[in-house]
Amino acid sequence: MKSLLRWESALAVLLVLVVVVGSAATGGIFLTGRGAFNVGSDLAVMALIALPLTLVIVAAEIDLSVASVLGLSSALMGALWNEGWPLEAILPVVIIVGALCGAVNGFLVTKLGLPSLAVTIGSLALYRGLAFVVLGDQAVADFPDSYTQFGTTPVPGTWIPYPILLFAVLAVVFGLLLHATTFGRAVFAIGANEEAARFSGIRVKRIKFILFVLTGAVAALAGIVYTLRFASARADNGTGLELEVVTAVLLGGVSIFGGRGTIGGVILAALVLGGLTDALIVDDIATEVVKLVTGLLLLASVFAPAVTQRMSRGTP
Amino acid sequence: MEVALAEVSKSFGAVRALREVSLTLTPGRAHALLGENGAGKSTLIKVLAGVHRPDGGQLLVDGEPTRFASPADAKAAGVAVIYQEPTLFGDLSVAENVAMGRHPTRRGGMVDTAAMREQAELLFERLGVDIDPKRPARGLSIADQQLVEIAKALSSDARVIIMDEPTAALSGTEVARLFGVVGALREHGAAVLFVSHRIDEVFELCQDATVLRDGGFVWSGPLSEQTPDGVVRLMVGRDLDALFPKQDVEAGDTALEVRRLTREGVFTDVSFDVRAGEILALAGLVGAGRSEIARAVFGVDKPDGGEVLVRGKRIRPGSPGAAMAAGIGFVPEDRRQQGLVLAASIERNAALASLNRLSRLGFLRSSAERSLARDWAVKLQLKFSRLTDPVGVLSGGNQQKVVLAKWLSRQPKILIVDEPTRGIDVGTKAEVHRLLSELAAQGVAILMISSELPEVLGMADRVLVVREGRLVGEFSRAEADEERIVLAATGVAAG
Repeated sequence: MKSLLRWESALAVLLVLVVVVGSAATGGIFLTGRGAFNVGSDLAVMALIALPLTLVIVAAEIDLSVASVLGLSSALMGALWNEGWPLEAILPVVIIVGALCGAVNGFLVTKLGLPSLAVTIGSLALYRGLAFVVLGDQAVADFPDSYTQFGTTPVPGTWIPYPILLFAVLAVVFGLLLHATTFGRAVFAIGANEEAARFSGIRVKRIKFILFVLTGAVAALAGIVYTLRFASARADNGTGLELEVVTAVLLGGVSIFGGRGTIGGVILAALVLGGLTDALIVDDIATEVVKLVTGLLLLASVFAPAVTQRMSRGTP
Repeated sequence: MEVALAEVSKSFGAVRALREVSLTLTPGRAHALLGENGAGKSTLIKVLAGVHRPDGGQLLVDGEPTRFASPADAKAAGVAVIYQEPTLFGDLSVAENVAMGRHPTRRGGMVDTAAMREQAELLFERLGVDIDPKRPARGLSIADQQLVEIAKALSSDARVIIMDEPTAALSGTEVARLFGVVGALREHGAAVLFVSHRIDEVFELCQDATVLRDGGFVWSGPLSEQTPDGVVRLMVGRDLDALFPKQDVEAGDTALEVRRLTREGVFTDVSFDVRAGEILALAGLVGAGRSEIARAVFGVDKPDGGEVLVRGKRIRPGSPGAAMAAGIGFVPEDRRQQGLVLAASIERNAALASLNRLSRLGFLRSSAERSLARDWAVKLQLKFSRLTDPVGVLSGGNQQKVVLAKWLSRQPKILIVDEPTRGIDVGTKAEVHRLLSELAAQGVAILMISSELPEVLGMADRVLVVREGRLVGEFSRAEADEERIVLAATGVAAG
């Protein structure tokens, strides 16, 4: 617990550093309202998916199909809009389809006992493929302004993007779910020792299934946000985003082996990662470098706990 | 090679795990290391194995002061540790496991499989055991796995062999075979350090002994100078009266009925009743299917046939939740893997089976969680520094108390305990026995599995014997004796 708190303080320091150095290097993207709005809008999608994925990883599972579910939900949104559906009907359908995608992952993992890493690498390809089946390579961009404003304009009177507002609400929901409920306590127990959890009467399979369904639904919601933000539904939306999301979760101090982590840490990590990415992009640094930095952070966040643990144990 | 510790001390922070301990391991002799859990035995082993470096005192190899900077150093010096649960490569052959890290090669660097097998065969022959070097290690019994580890140690010319509670998971015949192996090791001039909680074993096997208590050195010398009672007194620092204080209780109504329970290939057609206030023991050899029966009753495993009834009502098979709702509690065999989440705190572990009772609308009330843990820590005289400490830092006996707290806090009507005192110290053992006896007196029906016959005979009102997945004998408290149970369990000329 103590080491987790230390990890979060380190992240807070890192966040301040990113804001200060980033502002200096970019002429203050974090300081102007417009700049902050853009940074917030850019990181909201990734941060949204990181929330349920935190619970999945704490339970010692993984879901790599999230970015493909995002793409599928974006493609489905476009296809149904082309069919003339009203958005009021499209949005719930898209979220239900996302939940179904998660349910398929959950079924394969819990009922057939397959490793989630393999299952979701498979469904990563499968759901992205489905996205192209649904919409082909066209882009649907004629959504009504009344909806795209959700992604393109701030909350009136402020520079807060609506997606960040949505993220804040869900962060509270998932934070409470993980840290204050019996469900969350069970998730930690499963991640730390699944067998002991089962021997304590915890319904391990059901809880894991629910986690995959939640992740699918939130990934679909993130797909809607993404589509509205860029006012464009495409099958390849969010390709490769799973890397960033997993990086945010692990950088947030969640153990890749399960059983440890906090939503607070993941929120900080999402802000750090999002801020850093935008600062680099605004500073005209090539996207390859941005990828490189993400990759290094991912490695560092897996590496750092192992190192600090060794140091605290006092053996080389 | 003679290895000795001279007034060795080791502290972890403020905890003094070892204080000025001295002992000498002599070639050709078996040396017992005795002490309650938390006495410092594990730390001492780790000092010898090069895992920990002592803060004070000296490690002497053939009289020369030596430092083991790492486990590899200790290994190179000829010290090998055989842990209670060996870690072999399941998919590799026995011979490859024996040769691991030092495969014999032919010219060109290819592994010489034939030489490897021959080497394993020779070693097994030296030990007087019969294990096929060609078979995969997966599926070997724990006893055989230990022997493979011993062969592996010998193949790297180990001269000092440390065995950490090797007999805790072995059946009678396996223990006898292991004793034969220790004899063979001694004949070949190896020094053996043997850790065990079973005093009778120690007297049978060892020539010397060292007793530790609370990290301090109590006594070291030849066992011929001691009696078993004397050694126990040295270990606990007081006289042990009433190790098995089972009170007589008038058994009440039938609490648990098991009807024709079957899991294919594991156990067949098992039927029995347990009445309120009764302690029913399942005796038998390790691997006879006792734990598996308990797991199926509790619902962790789903039986293929048969049913479980609690006070006449059938409970849903394969559901621990349903068993718990019906009032069944289960203290499993492997407390580190099944009973506890070692990385989680004491209070979280104590509350883990009661999450729903401790919550309102799904939200956990942490104050209720804390007071549950605090109450039971007091009731069971748990030794701990903070309830938020990970349960893994506690000694084995105290860990078992947390598992007991976890289930007793649910006030079960039926309690299944699988090896309730395995690997815990004599003092805590007596506490656990007293507790089980008190629970029975309060009308709890107890189903106990134990591989320790004195425990079975001391605690049980009735004994069922399991052999190869079937119930083969039933003895009342008056009828039960060691000989009858062993005969039924082994199937040698029943009668």
